[in-house]
Amino acid sequence: MSKKTQDIWSYAPAPESSKVVQIKEKYDLYIDGKFVKPSSGKYFKSFNPADEKEICSIAYGNEKDVDLAVKAARKAYNTVWSKLSSAERGKYIFRIARMMQERSRELAVAESIDSGKTIRESRDIDIPLACNHFFYYAGWADKLEEAFPGRKPKSLGVAGQIIPWNFPLLMAAWKIAPALATGNTVVIKPAETTSLTMMILAEIIHEAGLPAGVFNVVSGYGDTGAAIVNHPDVNKIAFTGSTAVGKIIQKALAGTDKKLTLELGGKSANIVFDDAPIDQAVEGIVNGIFFNQGHVCCAGSRLFVQENIAEKVIEKLKFRMASLIVGDPLDKNTDIGAINSKEQFETIQKYLKIGKDEGSEMYQSPCKLPKKGNYMAPTLFMNVAQSNIIAQEEIFGPVLTIQTFRTIDEVIQKANNSPFGLAAGVWSDKGSKVFNVTSQLRAGVVWANTYNKFDPAAPFGGYKESGFGREGGLHGLIPYLKFD
Amino acid sequence: MKTMVPNLKNIINHSPSIDKVGVEERCARFQSRSIKNESKWEGLKMVLSMIDLTTLEGKDTPGKVKQMCYKAHHLNDNMSDLPNVAAVCVYPSMVKLAKKELIGTNIKVASVSTAFPSGQAPLSVKLSDTKFAVDNGADEIDMVISRGEFLSGDYNFVHDEIATIKEACGHARLKVILETGELSTLDNVRLASDIAILAGADFIKTSTGKISPAATMPVTYTMLQAIRDHYVATGKMIGMKPAGGISNSKLALHYLVMVKETVGDEWLNNTYFRFGASSLANDVLMQIQKAKTGIYSSADYFSID
Repeated sequence: MSKKTQDIWSYAPAPESSKVVQIKEKYDLYIDGKFVKPSSGKYFKSFNPADEKEICSIAYGNEKDVDLAVKAARKAYNTVWSKLSSAERGKYIFRIARMMQERSRELAVAESIDSGKTIRESRDIDIPLACNHFFYYAGWADKLEEAFPGRKPKSLGVAGQIIPWNFPLLMAAWKIAPALATGNTVVIKPAETTSLTMMILAEIIHEAGLPAGVFNVVSGYGDTGAAIVNHPDVNKIAFTGSTAVGKIIQKALAGTDKKLTLELGGKSANIVFDDAPIDQAVEGIVNGIFFNQGHVCCAGSRLFVQENIAEKVIEKLKFRMASLIVGDPLDKNTDIGAINSKEQFETIQKYLKIGKDEGSEMYQSPCKLPKKGNYMAPTLFMNVAQSNIIAQEEIFGPVLTIQTFRTIDEVIQKANNSPFGLAAGVWSDKGSKVFNVTSQLRAGVVWANTYNKFDPAAPFGGYKESGFGREGGLHGLIPYLKFD
Repeated sequence: MKTMVPNLKNIINHSPSIDKVGVEERCARFQSRSIKNESKWEGLKMVLSMIDLTTLEGKDTPGKVKQMCYKAHHLNDNMSDLPNVAAVCVYPSMVKLAKKELIGTNIKVASVSTAFPSGQAPLSVKLSDTKFAVDNGADEIDMVISRGEFLSGDYNFVHDEIATIKEACGHARLKVILETGELSTLDNVRLASDIAILAGADFIKTSTGKISPAATMPVTYTMLQAIRDHYVATGKMIGMKPAGGISNSKLALHYLVMVKETVGDEWLNNTYFRFGASSLANDVLMQIQKAKTGIYSSADYFSID
């Protein structure tokens, strides 16, 4: 490309006010309808990844706290929640959904401050989708018999749920809403780096008047999560997070009668054929990998582009990347926010080094990065082969590997040649080709001519090391039910 | 496709397909950009400088055209530091007058031609229409393509007609109006853009303003992509003019966002980007006054020519 006269006209800062949310100095556990101090008296600090400033302190729950929470959940299940009519149960969930909606601006700002994701995404995607999950499952609460005719669906009891840091409130909604709708009670743990919106949600649920013990929050680290997983009186574990932790949980549950769903990592293929609407495919590649800083389990992190258009697609991709704004998550014009934690930032850097050492060609967009905070430029790796580590392992950052292919059979083989199988994307203008390819991809979610689209009515989940069980839709009710 | 020679056959066979849903999503992203403070103020001034102030009515008279020409370089004499509009756009019969009225300014005179707005006339008529406007001093010619021939698949006719008119333009820059409201699909918009560019268009333009819908963001975005692809392939910059339907400042600013992010900052000037509009200027003036003084005046404080 020739001359570049950037910044003839640039966008002035347009920060969303952080005043809409009153963040407390510290947040306690929520057990049996009360906000209580952790039995150890310990709190841990939560930081804003954008400026590394301390936001608040979060209660560090231990085994004892988990036991109290499970006992409260069991008691609530036995005495109240399982006795309540399903329509009444639905009413509570609708109420939570409406109250979340009323406080959506506050939740969006809190989510961006705590996780580093852009206000555009938390405002337009995370929070509205989270509300919609509650609305959607509230509707199912009194229709379970119709959902599974003749199968007599029954609730399980106490559900233990462990939430990741990439979509803190949204993933919580994915788990809480179906659990409550099916008549279970909940003990939930947010990720240690992103507990804030869960704490606000606890306040909302408290205010909604949900009977004491139906919903309990025990915040903390991995040991807190382990205490939930290993508690003998929990009937069901739902976990979203890394494959490594997922394996530990599955081992721990072997031989017990606890039900389990795991939503783990991914290395999803995004496949662009030469007859695709190319400019829209480029847009889809960008949304697929740079959405939420690439901290997306279903991110389209492996791009497969047909060899005869590869040069063109890469040129367009680089140009498009140049208009992505990296910076303050609270600025309404920011496209890519801050990497969630120092630890994750370092993991990504490690992979960049591996990629370069393996001989792939790295390209980073020439964007301005703020001096402080965990920021990184969107990154491409070209000349990548199936055998490269960066094409095999989940990086969980704004890093895309690009491989080329020649034929349909070849790309299907390569896309499936992965220990993961969470999602995939296919781009082609030809309907028959789209159906042929999508039906042969071993991935839980396959998008055609779009990427990273979510809806409460659509089930989500993986194959192979990406986990099992489905969240969302009618399918999302099943893990929380037993049948005659 | 890697090194495709830009000729008509290749363009007809390889003009990329356009996914409408994807285009609409992208356009929604442009509109979610928040343009505040100095970028709003700078953007609004840029919008003013890109306007082709237009009157294209059967009832146009010398008096009307004179008054519009005065407005073109006196947008609001109570405000300092305002640019002029880029051009006035009139029928061929008014070119001579407009040219005279604008002596001593940098404002161009654009003339529609080729049996505007329908384009339903023989080539000889279209050519003499064009030559008349050029001979009278038009700096720019806004021609319409033959949509009938395009839709019946006679792309050669459409291409050759544009090329012939281009020749008749001499030094005048040629804007080719696709009348996208009659082309109905974005695939057609893209193909027509590619044909017009290949045939020698200096600018491609959405609409005449006589057909609804006129300019829309998805259509303009699709045309900008054609411009960018041509630039990457040949290094030649083609201009873009959405016309009709852009009447408020906020929308105009989002068009600038689209230009910036789709083709780049090099297009953010009136050599390469124009708005065809008659009522946009006053809304921009109103917003500029609001930005400067903090108060909105009523529409009566802005002259309507």
